[in-house]
Amino acid sequence: MKSGILNLVLKRLATTVVTLLIVLFAVFFATSMLPGDTASILLGQAATPEAVAGLREAMHLNDPAILRFLRWLFGLLHGDLGTSYANEMPVAKLIGGRFVNTMELAGITTLLSVPLALTLGITAAMLRGSIYDRTVTILSIGIISVPEFMVATLAVLVFAVYLRWLPALSSVNEAHSLTDLVRIYAMPVITLTFVISAQMIRMTRAAVIETLSTPYVEMALLKGASRSRMVLKHALPNALGPIVNAVALSLSYLVGGVIIVETIFNYPGIAKLMVDAVATRDLPLIQSCAMIFCLGYLLLITAADIIAIMSNPRLR
Amino acid sequence: MSNLVEVRNLRIEATTDAGRVVDIIKGVSLDIADGEIIALIGESGSGKTTVALSLMGHARPGCRITGGAINVNGKDMAALSEKERAKLRGTDIAYVPQSAAASFNPASTIMEQVIEVTRIHKLMPPEQARKRAVELFRALSLPDPDGIGARYPHQVSGGQLQRLSAAMALIGDPKLVIFDEPTTALDVTTQIDVLKAFKSVMRAGGIAGVYVSHDLAVVAQIADRIVVLKGGEVQETGTTAQILSGAQHPYTRELLAAFEPKPRQAQAEASANQLLRIDNVTAGYGAVREDGLPLIRAVNSVSLVVEKGRNLGVIGESGCGKSTLARVIAGIHPAAAGDIVFDGKELQRAAGNRSQDQLREMQIVFQYADTALNPAKPVEDIIARPLAFYHRLDRQARSKRVDELLDMVRLPKTLRYRHPSELSGGQKQRVNFARALAANPKLIICDEITSALDTVVASAVIELLKELQRELGLSYIFISHDLSVVEAICDDIMVMYNGERVEQITPDKVNAATHPYSKLLFSSVPKLDPTWLDGLVRDPELVSQYGHR
Repeated sequence: MKSGILNLVLKRLATTVVTLLIVLFAVFFATSMLPGDTASILLGQAATPEAVAGLREAMHLNDPAILRFLRWLFGLLHGDLGTSYANEMPVAKLIGGRFVNTMELAGITTLLSVPLALTLGITAAMLRGSIYDRTVTILSIGIISVPEFMVATLAVLVFAVYLRWLPALSSVNEAHSLTDLVRIYAMPVITLTFVISAQMIRMTRAAVIETLSTPYVEMALLKGASRSRMVLKHALPNALGPIVNAVALSLSYLVGGVIIVETIFNYPGIAKLMVDAVATRDLPLIQSCAMIFCLGYLLLITAADIIAIMSNPRLR
Repeated sequence: MSNLVEVRNLRIEATTDAGRVVDIIKGVSLDIADGEIIALIGESGSGKTTVALSLMGHARPGCRITGGAINVNGKDMAALSEKERAKLRGTDIAYVPQSAAASFNPASTIMEQVIEVTRIHKLMPPEQARKRAVELFRALSLPDPDGIGARYPHQVSGGQLQRLSAAMALIGDPKLVIFDEPTTALDVTTQIDVLKAFKSVMRAGGIAGVYVSHDLAVVAQIADRIVVLKGGEVQETGTTAQILSGAQHPYTRELLAAFEPKPRQAQAEASANQLLRIDNVTAGYGAVREDGLPLIRAVNSVSLVVEKGRNLGVIGESGCGKSTLARVIAGIHPAAAGDIVFDGKELQRAAGNRSQDQLREMQIVFQYADTALNPAKPVEDIIARPLAFYHRLDRQARSKRVDELLDMVRLPKTLRYRHPSELSGGQKQRVNFARALAANPKLIICDEITSALDTVVASAVIELLKELQRELGLSYIFISHDLSVVEAICDDIMVMYNGERVEQITPDKVNAATHPYSKLLFSSVPKLDPTWLDGLVRDPELVSQYGHR
């Protein structure tokens, strides 16, 4: 039994590694195919063809793509993300601080949105068909339908421009006290919570409702169980797999999908860094950012799958 | 109040998906005395489960108790609040579900669920509850009573789960237990153990019971009184002996008549004309091993012969490989080894490699008409499809033939415009059968085609098959777990066990079976005689060898 589950988990991890390799491959070649030549962009329009050729040679840009890929992959294994073309700094150093910022934003949003979404989803399922359930459903559909730049812009308009409660820009470096911190994070966190909670609420509600109509939940009812016992002891453990997957899928958005929110609030996160890198054709930086997004996504989905495997006694 | 249960003029209405409100229970009254077991019997849709659940004050989603009184142990379940009802559920009245396999929470251990009632109602400390549960496991003759509680539901068999669910019901010392078709999903050999266990526990505790079933023979073994329901109304009530010997109501008589063996006219003796012969066919699932055979063999070296105009019955418990055998013959699941000879010609193992005529001459009818008929198409399209595919008839000829086929299966022609969801179970199975007939086959493989039907409907379908055989000279392979069905229509009966053919006999020699498994199987089929179960003596060695406990 125990070795069975270990096998399943190892298999799942192996799939993750293979997926990661495929994605790295795709990322590398996709960025290589970006239009424009790095050397001529770096040297500017006034550069002589000889200078461009010399730089290309120095940057190994004339080597076959596969060789450059392997060199890059080898570097990654040693923790070397390469050197930024644009400002000659190690990519790791460029990303470092920005990565921490993005993770802070993601962490705070997770802490706020996951409990909120699960509570709303589960209670809506318990009170299915009630006014409360309908309100939650209508609100979450409404929020899914509104694009996030709209939510973010409206939030700025209301809280920063009219009410003047919160700063319009989230410059983390200017935080000096806890109140500052709360004020700075408030709007991006609320916007992101809006964006990711709706999906989690709906998936949780659907998963719990589905298990609530199973014979074993009716059996619990006929044993005299209270409504909360039926949901918490009988429905929820069996709905865990789909719920955890929905949560992971939503959270993965916090790593790669925050570009809009970071841009609107001018938040110094990694997504914004990547947008800037694309503008300057800074290939090593783009590749590293893409890799981090992919890794974050894979880790979340893998964790969700492993939790789902562990929670199923048939597999345990 | 003299009786434990007094139901007066109970009315329940249901709201359909379309929003229409229909009365499903129309004024039912019944009494149950202390320690008495009554049976609610009737076809599907007669409201027997709805009435039984209403004794716990429960109506399934979409249903509503609208009138009448349900007095159980001096309290009116219809008038109590949901909280007050919850207090009585599990303590005063307990429930044993139809499918124990679906009614156990897969994410929690068996013991946890069996003693849950004592936790909910704070009846006793968990330690004591566990001890009590083990005592119940022992009383219900479950194997390994001390260890079985630590397992998860998927780790024990269906028959064991059914007895475990009885333990779950009995742990709160109820005065009334509701059994909702608790043995319908079980094999006959397992059903006996479960019935015996139920009966002895109920008798020992002097507990009253409601036994919901569509099977008169099972009910005859356990009930003191029988209430016959049809269309949400009580048709007849009487002691078991009264109902079995002197039923008054026409519907009850119909039910009883469905049990009467209808001897089949002996067919022309073996015409020596073999329609189908299979030799040493092996098939299964899983990885193919070096010798070319699959890892798990569902059908192991089976040979059989079907003669023209004669019918072969294949009988055995679930998992014995009988359905796989049907799929192998039809070529849906290609055999790994062995030969299939049909009408004098060797057939390819996979259906895809057979000629269109070979496919046409052998048709298969599946168990669940619900899933075998395309719900998006009207009946005429379903039946016309093989006409276009095999016979290339034009539109007019197809339309004429659809009428003929509907007539053959005794369905009114107006049904052709309906969709499968607008038909009853028996009608759907007739359409399913008409589709097979449309191909003009020589052999029809019927895979459990009556097991989803009510007794009366099933016996009508069997009669129809017999008539069609006389008219069209068909042969059937009739796969079933139900001996009475097979006896009614087959000239030969093949018994399968564990993927192998153990014996082949004719219906009149069923009592003279020689193989021990056939003996056990045939002796396990319940009889209408109420003393049958108590008088049944089974060879314990046989049971331990072949019974799945």
